[in-house]
Amino acid sequence: MSNLSIILKKEFIQISRDPAILRLIFLMPIIQLLILPFAADYEIKNINIAIVDQDHSDYSRELIGKFQHSNYFRLTGYETSYKNALKLIEADKADIIVEIPNNFEKTLVREDEATISLVANAVNGTKGNLGAFYAQRIVQEFNSKIRSEWIQFPRVNPIPLINVEYINRYNKRSDYQTFMVPGILAVLITMIGSFLTALNIVKEKEIGTIEQLNVSPIKKWEFILGKLIPFWVLGMIILTIGLVISYIVHGITPGSNLWILYVFTAFYLLAILGIGLLISNFSQTQQQAMMVSFFFTLIFILMSGLYTPVESMPFWAQKVAWMNPVTYLVDVMRMVLLKGAQFADVLGHLKIITLAGVALNVLAIWSYSKRN
Amino acid sequence: MKPSEQSIVTKNLTKKYGTFTAVDAISFDVRKGEIFGFLGANGAGKTTAMRMLTGLSKPSSGEATVAGFDVYRDAENIKKHIGYMSQKFSLYQDLKVKENIAFYGGIYGLRREALQAASDQLIHRLGLQGEVKTMVKDLPLGWKQKLAFSISIIHQPSIVFLDEPTGGVDPVTRRQFWNMIYEAADRGITIFVTTHYMDEAEYCNRVAIMVDGKIEALGQPSELKVRFETDTMDDVFYQLARKAKRGD
Repeated sequence: MSNLSIILKKEFIQISRDPAILRLIFLMPIIQLLILPFAADYEIKNINIAIVDQDHSDYSRELIGKFQHSNYFRLTGYETSYKNALKLIEADKADIIVEIPNNFEKTLVREDEATISLVANAVNGTKGNLGAFYAQRIVQEFNSKIRSEWIQFPRVNPIPLINVEYINRYNKRSDYQTFMVPGILAVLITMIGSFLTALNIVKEKEIGTIEQLNVSPIKKWEFILGKLIPFWVLGMIILTIGLVISYIVHGITPGSNLWILYVFTAFYLLAILGIGLLISNFSQTQQQAMMVSFFFTLIFILMSGLYTPVESMPFWAQKVAWMNPVTYLVDVMRMVLLKGAQFADVLGHLKIITLAGVALNVLAIWSYSKRN
Repeated sequence: MKPSEQSIVTKNLTKKYGTFTAVDAISFDVRKGEIFGFLGANGAGKTTAMRMLTGLSKPSSGEATVAGFDVYRDAENIKKHIGYMSQKFSLYQDLKVKENIAFYGGIYGLRREALQAASDQLIHRLGLQGEVKTMVKDLPLGWKQKLAFSISIIHQPSIVFLDEPTGGVDPVTRRQFWNMIYEAADRGITIFVTTHYMDEAEYCNRVAIMVDGKIEALGQPSELKVRFETDTMDDVFYQLARKAKRGD
């Protein structure tokens, strides 16, 4: 047995006896992949709408009915004045006010034109914007409907008839879960890889065993490989557990391109473990290592394109995003799991991540010193 | 004295941290098979000196050889020939007694039969036959310390460094611990031990007393007591240590 295999044996025994690590690697993927994709939904539903109807006509009632029957809106107020409706917004009970003015029907019939006002609470920008957008669509549909009623037999249809047909490719039902699951899996692998490696090494510093190893003939590379390999294996196990859950629960399958994911993750984990190793070199306590890992992971996740597309970030942020390893894994996961990408498609990413892995580990080995 | 009879030789060995001189030009020799005590108050520089000799810390200046190897050039070779037991308890609490022995024996190059023989001998000597499958965290402190010492010499090093090995241990166990040190010395292992228990100083062949980073006295306990006109090491130490300017 070489020194390395002696160290590995010890690490695997310790990991198998650590209930916290076992819980983390089995429960975290299950919980995150079961709960997050259902809860963290981009689609805006249940927009609370308050209606101020000062007209009380057939048309105003018809319009209100359209809002009520839409899946997006929930009528939470039916007020007589704009002032009262605004109070609902202030109390956070309404997101949108639709005000139908007095003589709405009369003006519409007589002057062929009428105005209604739409006020959106933009504190939550996405909800406000999308809500206003949905409301406009409803008003437009209503508009088209009454116009076509008025013009019974037109020679040519005065309403522009450009029907846009959507086809969602790769994620046919434009399903939010399908989009999120690969990303969440990427984050899981990242978190386990960086946190556990850093904590494990710093723990040896805290209890003092690292000093005992430093006075022993163990070589630097033996120690570092002895620490990296177990967590590399754990990362691959997480990937496997995650893929099984994705298939069973969300029906996502990489098909014949499974091996591309494994090859890419194998190299990706090298980079992430390198980060964990670097953090441990500069931390004296587990709390410190935890805080630093947390800081980086949070930035990595928010800037990875998991929640917001990288393309819509400002220029400088895009630069940062493409220096972030997580961006690459999220991208590759989606490419392979959703689009069925081929190896050639991910080769560019693979090269960059391998380069980053080599650089990070060289830096980590260089900064780990057996003497101070 | 022939150089081959010396285990440790230092000359003006110094360690500075910025403007602070932790160890100030210490020079001493330790003979093979000797029990050499390193005494001093907290902060006197004992641990720093020991860390330089074990290759954990690079000296700022001066010379030192340990087991015939230079501390600057040959630190990795020193590591193969020494044992070390640190102030902090250094066995893995979540490994069984046998697993700790196999791990530390293994990284010092003991393989299969040699490891098995050394392991059996160690367990037998400590009377731990019934505890080989016990987790180290479940052993009483005294046993843990004795086990840590035995493991630190499992590879038959030529020198073993013990950094306050009996801290927090009851007097009976302390006595047993010193018996183990004598046995190891009888087998030809040089013992370099730091302590601040003065009764333990009496057990050493020679002691060096450090004050503020310097060695203020060096010799056999009996010699030192004559030189300082007293009959206890406690008093020798007190006379020297009260001159100290730093402490904790």
